[in-house]
Amino acid sequence: MGVKPRRKRVRPSTATRRVPLLRLAHARSGDKGDTANVGVIALEPEYFPILERQLTVRRVAAHFRGMIEGKVERFALPNLHALNFLLHGALGGGGTLSLKTDAQGKVLSTALLRMEVEIPEDLDVG
Amino acid sequence: MSRVVRVASGQGFWGDWLEAPIRQVEAGPIDYLMMDYLAEVTMSIMQKQRARDPALGFARDFVPLMERVLPDALAGNVKIVSNAGGVNPKACAEGVIEAADRAGCADRVRVGIVTGDDIMDRLDQLLEAGHPLANLDTGESLHAVRDVVQSANVYLGAWPVVEALRGDANVIVTGRVTDTGLTLAPLAYEFGWARDAWDRLAAGTVAGHINECGAQSTGGNCLVDWETIPDLADPGYPIVDAVDDGSFVVTKHPGTGGRVSVASVTEQLLYEMGDPANYITPDCVVDFTSIRLEQVGRDRVAVTGVKGRPATDSLKVSISYLYGYKAVGTLVYAWPDALAKAQKADQVVRERLRRLELDYEQILTEFVGVNATHGPLAGPPDPNIAEVQLRIGVRSRERGPVERFSREIAPLILNGPPSATGFAGGRPKVESIVAYWPALIPKAEIRPEIEILKA
Repeated sequence: MGVKPRRKRVRPSTATRRVPLLRLAHARSGDKGDTANVGVIALEPEYFPILERQLTVRRVAAHFRGMIEGKVERFALPNLHALNFLLHGALGGGGTLSLKTDAQGKVLSTALLRMEVEIPEDLDVG
Repeated sequence: MSRVVRVASGQGFWGDWLEAPIRQVEAGPIDYLMMDYLAEVTMSIMQKQRARDPALGFARDFVPLMERVLPDALAGNVKIVSNAGGVNPKACAEGVIEAADRAGCADRVRVGIVTGDDIMDRLDQLLEAGHPLANLDTGESLHAVRDVVQSANVYLGAWPVVEALRGDANVIVTGRVTDTGLTLAPLAYEFGWARDAWDRLAAGTVAGHINECGAQSTGGNCLVDWETIPDLADPGYPIVDAVDDGSFVVTKHPGTGGRVSVASVTEQLLYEMGDPANYITPDCVVDFTSIRLEQVGRDRVAVTGVKGRPATDSLKVSISYLYGYKAVGTLVYAWPDALAKAQKADQVVRERLRRLELDYEQILTEFVGVNATHGPLAGPPDPNIAEVQLRIGVRSRERGPVERFSREIAPLILNGPPSATGFAGGRPKVESIVAYWPALIPKAEIRPEIEILKA
């Protein structure tokens, strides 16, 4: 192990509160075979760092536990203040094989927006 | 001021709003009308239709639409580019000529036909030549399902369409040309873009991605402030106003409903996205992390900065094959204890199927109103919920078990838990499942063909 890099510490805000991701972001989802993608877009540019920090692959996978069979991948599009998640094995076989109501993952977008995120107490998210 | 080319979207899939292309041509000036008809499963449906009748196998809606659109389109010098040709572009083109004849404008119509995407008849030869056409998801060779293949089409890009435009076609019908290629082609043709102008080709591809799902980029299915989106009864479909450097503005006709905002365009950009830095098409590889969006006016979003990289040496092949059968049955249970009754009915059906010793690959139960779309994330339902729809789906490689399942729903109304209704649709329909097999093939194996048909 090398020396731990020194990170500039941002002063932690004193208090936080939890809100549904719906208050910070909008989203659209779709399918490619048995993989669903969920694009999550910050409603305001300043919310994007919060999404980047809190919407980790681990947390998103935990959020969808029991609903998807494969792994979760994450890609960042800072230019669009957006993250793109691939949820593998999310569609019960996908395409024509799937027996699900949401065979094409059209509303996994809002399913992700149910996730609770922590924001500074004084951040006004409408 | 550089010249602007306007490419309008008139159809986002086969089954989209029939008024959309008419509105695009009538409600203001455009140069091109693109219409996307093909999804992954569409080709196999069309293949089945052509097998029954050699005059079919294309998007039939397209022909009556052309009868309505062509007089105005020709008067306004609007060219039409569509992949409505499906697995039978020639029959589709003949239909367009007949439609033009009925509309009294056949003498002015020159239909460009793009083919060469259909490799169904070459599959064995390609396999023998050592192309495994392996499934991109599983790695399996096509040999595994060769005997049940229903259709095999290569995704062609924009260049064959550009050729047709150079051949002076004013209506172009293609087989499996990519959705994005239908918008890129007019731009590449009008601006004379080179085949290695990667940034411009990438920009035109992004324009295509925004156009390809119709109103999904102009306020349809848009989550942001959805309650305030104007007049969704007459949504303006997207129009791309592009200039030679590849930058463009997404807009819609004045006086139409919907909304073009950074939010609406961003949602569409992320639709069906994989790795955003590597969006692969036959024409180029696009980096979606390079795109800049800016609201530059009411219902006007500027798209700039798009970066592209050289196209790959392969083309994607969309192969469909017969997989098995499925059916979905539903019943509605009413208050009181709506969910408990639906759950009991589900147990009853499963027990009856078990006692019949029927074999299924999967039995899936959903309770619509409780967990069908968001599963456990939806939380526990209201104990006084007014009604719950029981929805049971089964899938099997064999038809028999699915057929029998389709007769196990109706009896529940009289011999299962109380308060069941909502069986108006009759017995569940047994559907054959045509599954999708994505593969790659070297570009060198594919030769697109272009033909111009006149009255």
